[in-house]
Amino acid sequence: MKRGPTGLPAWLVQRASAVYLLLFLVFVLASLALAPMHSRAAWLQWLAHPAMRLALAIFFAALLAHMWVGLRDVLLDYAQPVRIRPYLLAALAAGLCGLGLWAAAILLRIPT
Amino acid sequence: MSKAARTPRSRPVFLNLAHITLPVGALTSILHRLSGVLLATGVPVLLYLLQRSLGDEADFADTTALLRQPLVKIFLIALAWALAHHMLAGVRHMLTDIDVGSSLGKARRSAWSVNLTALAIAVLAAGAIL
Repeated sequence: MKRGPTGLPAWLVQRASAVYLLLFLVFVLASLALAPMHSRAAWLQWLAHPAMRLALAIFFAALLAHMWVGLRDVLLDYAQPVRIRPYLLAALAAGLCGLGLWAAAILLRIPT
Repeated sequence: MSKAARTPRSRPVFLNLAHITLPVGALTSILHRLSGVLLATGVPVLLYLLQRSLGDEADFADTTALLRQPLVKIFLIALAWALAHHMLAGVRHMLTDIDVGSSLGKARRSAWSVNLTALAIAVLAAGAIL
């Protein structure tokens, strides 16, 4: 079996997602700290903005990609014995897919 | 290389974890990992809170009431520490990628800054949340 370097795509995904997550989370936390939303109307209005919907969708995609690389690293480093690793990785992948579907369903539930 | 270093018998066969002093960079590194795992446990919890908050007025009130629960508050403070540490350590990592602050002295100082600033942010978050 011919194998080239295998770590580069994971490294790139981790870095690219990290930059987006950093910027988006700082924006969200700063917004919430500067203008706390105590009413449901204000909260929904903030979330329903088209730019916010798009930013949230990208956020969840970046978050899941980042979680995959990080948690995969943890399993590759610590999961013993080695033969159970594929099952743990499959369980992790399934769990993250589930979270992704759930997040998508939540985004679609934001009232217009 | 000294003769002792080449002889396999001179290797530490038994590592006593209590006798290993962790360099500050190693502490930052393992906390980066630990905070990442902690944040991952927070994702389903926060998704649940977001979902709940999108319902009717009663659901929204339930969500804000949940956020006032002592256990939830403690969890949120832990997440605030984890997020602060993970972000700061991540920025430090990416600066090292582009060769900023990768000399030993600078790396040690930035590792201390990451560890201490994350704790300071956690204290501020605790003040805001409690």
